[in-house]
Amino acid sequence: MHPILKLVSQRLALGLLLLLAASALIFVGTQILPGDVAASILGQSATPEALANLRAELGLNEPALSRYFSWLGSAVTGDLGTALTNGQDIATSMGKRLGNTLFLAFWAAVVSVPLAIFLGLLAVRYKDRWPDKLISAVTLTSISIPEFLIGYVLMYFIGVKLGWAPSVAMINDSMSLGEKLAAIALPVTVLTLVVLAHMMRMTRAAILNVMQSAYIETAELKGLSSFQVISRHAFPNAIAPIVNVVMLNLAYLVVGVVVVEVVFVYPGMGQYLVDHVAKRDVPVVQACGLVFAAVYILLNMVADIVSILANPRLRHPK
Amino acid sequence: MQDQLDYLAKRASAGKLSRRDFMGKASALGVSAAAASTVFATAAQAMTPKKGGDLKIGSTGGESTNSLDPATYASQVPYHNGRQFGDTLVEVSPTGEIEPRLATSVESTPDAKTWMFKLRQGVEFHNGKTMTGDDVLKTMERHSNEDSKSGALGVMRNIESMKVEGDTFSITLKDANADLPYLMSDYHLIVQPNGGMDNPAEGVGTGPYKMEVDEPGVRHMYSKFANYWGDDGHFDSVEILAINDATARTAALQSGQVHLINRLEPKIAGLLSRAPGVQVQSTPGRGHYVFIMHTNTAPFDSKELRLALKYAINREEMVEKILRGYGSVGNDMPINAAYPLFDSSIEQRMYDVDKAKEHYAKSGHDGSPIILRTADGAFPGAVDAAQLFQQSAQAAGIPLEIKREPNDGYWSEVWNKQPFCASYWGGRPVQDQMYSTAYLSSADWNDTKFNNPEFDAKLLAAKAELDGEKRKALYSEMGQLVREEGGLICPMFNDFIDGVSDKLVGWEVDPNGELMNGQVTRKLSFA
Repeated sequence: MHPILKLVSQRLALGLLLLLAASALIFVGTQILPGDVAASILGQSATPEALANLRAELGLNEPALSRYFSWLGSAVTGDLGTALTNGQDIATSMGKRLGNTLFLAFWAAVVSVPLAIFLGLLAVRYKDRWPDKLISAVTLTSISIPEFLIGYVLMYFIGVKLGWAPSVAMINDSMSLGEKLAAIALPVTVLTLVVLAHMMRMTRAAILNVMQSAYIETAELKGLSSFQVISRHAFPNAIAPIVNVVMLNLAYLVVGVVVVEVVFVYPGMGQYLVDHVAKRDVPVVQACGLVFAAVYILLNMVADIVSILANPRLRHPK
Repeated sequence: MQDQLDYLAKRASAGKLSRRDFMGKASALGVSAAAASTVFATAAQAMTPKKGGDLKIGSTGGESTNSLDPATYASQVPYHNGRQFGDTLVEVSPTGEIEPRLATSVESTPDAKTWMFKLRQGVEFHNGKTMTGDDVLKTMERHSNEDSKSGALGVMRNIESMKVEGDTFSITLKDANADLPYLMSDYHLIVQPNGGMDNPAEGVGTGPYKMEVDEPGVRHMYSKFANYWGDDGHFDSVEILAINDATARTAALQSGQVHLINRLEPKIAGLLSRAPGVQVQSTPGRGHYVFIMHTNTAPFDSKELRLALKYAINREEMVEKILRGYGSVGNDMPINAAYPLFDSSIEQRMYDVDKAKEHYAKSGHDGSPIILRTADGAFPGAVDAAQLFQQSAQAAGIPLEIKREPNDGYWSEVWNKQPFCASYWGGRPVQDQMYSTAYLSSADWNDTKFNNPEFDAKLLAAKAELDGEKRKALYSEMGQLVREEGGLICPMFNDFIDGVSDKLVGWEVDPNGELMNGQVTRKLSFA
């Protein structure tokens, strides 16, 4: 077998194993939460009979291990169960929320990743001169301000005072793509400002690192322009660490945007999870945990695989 | 000048300015009488509601866990959902009378034990079926049976039997209750097809708006129901958006994304009232913020200590600093002037350091810190209010120690369990219901563990008393008992503060609930 295929399949298997371990952790975590699920569903007026009935109905009397496997079994087949609080099918209602979160993350990534890499390249080109310093200063400032504050400031000036974009990013199925994009303009801007600095700094550092190498000097002596040197010779060799940091930030865009979602009232996964944690709706919390874990593991795996593929020593074994 | 004239015209069309006042003020602006008269006529015309338009409401209290099942309603968005698609048998009017809805009239036997509701005929559900007496009966059964999880269960416990004869639905009570029609206006008691026994969360009712989209925690969309029985409900569609964040809600109103918002924060309300295009409507209600002591737990089992704490709180300061003036002072009883049969002659308790010291000395408390539990979620500003209380008590030499609890689990672990904590009450339509819910010794939610046989006896006597003057006297005595003996420290009654776009007309003051008791979509219209 080609060593690349072998490495990639190893990574895939490892990812699946990791997901399994995460599912066990999620299950154990929700089991050791204080309070009885049946009691939290029925509330303070619960009679002992009603509690017993509900426990039997939910299968809470069976041992934890068999409950774990039956939950895992149905989760693998796509059946995440129904929410305890409002009886809606979890896969359907979460699917919609996940779609929204991915939509926001996708557009934030479309804006921020190329921008970050371009700014990184620009910073290297004008290293230690004013463009480099300006880019660093601006991006570091924006990452240092809490995202909810940036959100509120943009909401006030752009949403309320100027009226250029809606202050509340509520999207729904009946909107056209254009309307949706207009609705998420502000949260995308905030997310871009938050993730920009990290990716940009990493790009700059990785390329500068490569720039010390002898072959860069050769390229320069060959008479290539400095931007060509960076884009043709330095960037391909710096791609692994850059992809790593890009993937980390993409994972953040999916998993860590709760605050931005709340500020802009965006109907995504974060708000969905928070609501159900507050009501001790365990099946939903488990399902959300599983999806978040899967997204995180998947993106990290992609980063790993890309950096393997970007390494010529692995691509062309002796 | 045009601005001022527009403003006056707007006031006139909102019914706040009489013709005489309008003409007087307009002539003060230098407008000729004839011109002013025309302006007034145009403004008055605006009082006939215009049909149509898409109304958007931004509301707090919407979670992805919400259901359309009326029995489960516990926060604002579900409450407003019920108001769109559903109707109750009767409703309480802004002035406190019983208004007909699905019942056209209400009568009782002289002992106030059996109540007859004459049902409206030819009312259609959104699924095309015609409402029958059986639907009403099943609805009430669903909310009153033993394993019901309904928020109205407490209201329904007193029912002995119910039956339907022809177009009359009658209820027989275990104990007489002169206020039963008020209890039946409870917003959970929405009449559903077959009482909602088949599918309680389907969102089908008899209301002016038909459910179109139900995305819990995000938005709920309704369209005007063509065969609605009433003549109110002037909008083509109503959309309720769950916007829990107060800043986002305010921004949405200011930028015109929504027309109405609820629960404005007092500190924002003052600023927003100066912003263009929106109005802040502050409505004195029955909701109140409280500090509650368990009268059966040391050290709060000492009446002297309770009195010491009641004298050690500065009510005016709380109204000014916590409510920013959007409210009124409380008097250590759960009743204020917004209730029918309120006795305004009961003396107002004031902050009195000397009396607090005196009662504190009499209580013989050992001087160890008294723990007061609070959380941000207990009521808006609860932590600040506890600190103000701590300082005013300090001046009287009473050591309060504030213990801040997490919001999560506050209502299940702290409230009604710990002996001294901050809390709030939303108020009830009538005094009887407020006292029965929280001050009767046997009540589930007796959160001050108030056990006073004299009070209980008076409450039962008042329930059966159909004579208004006698009931008022009984309620006055009960109020004084709670004020004197009870474990309730009630520093303030909070107003409902709503934000309303200038594009809407028809606002009226309704003390029964926020956003005009949830009637905004029925009574308002676009200008």
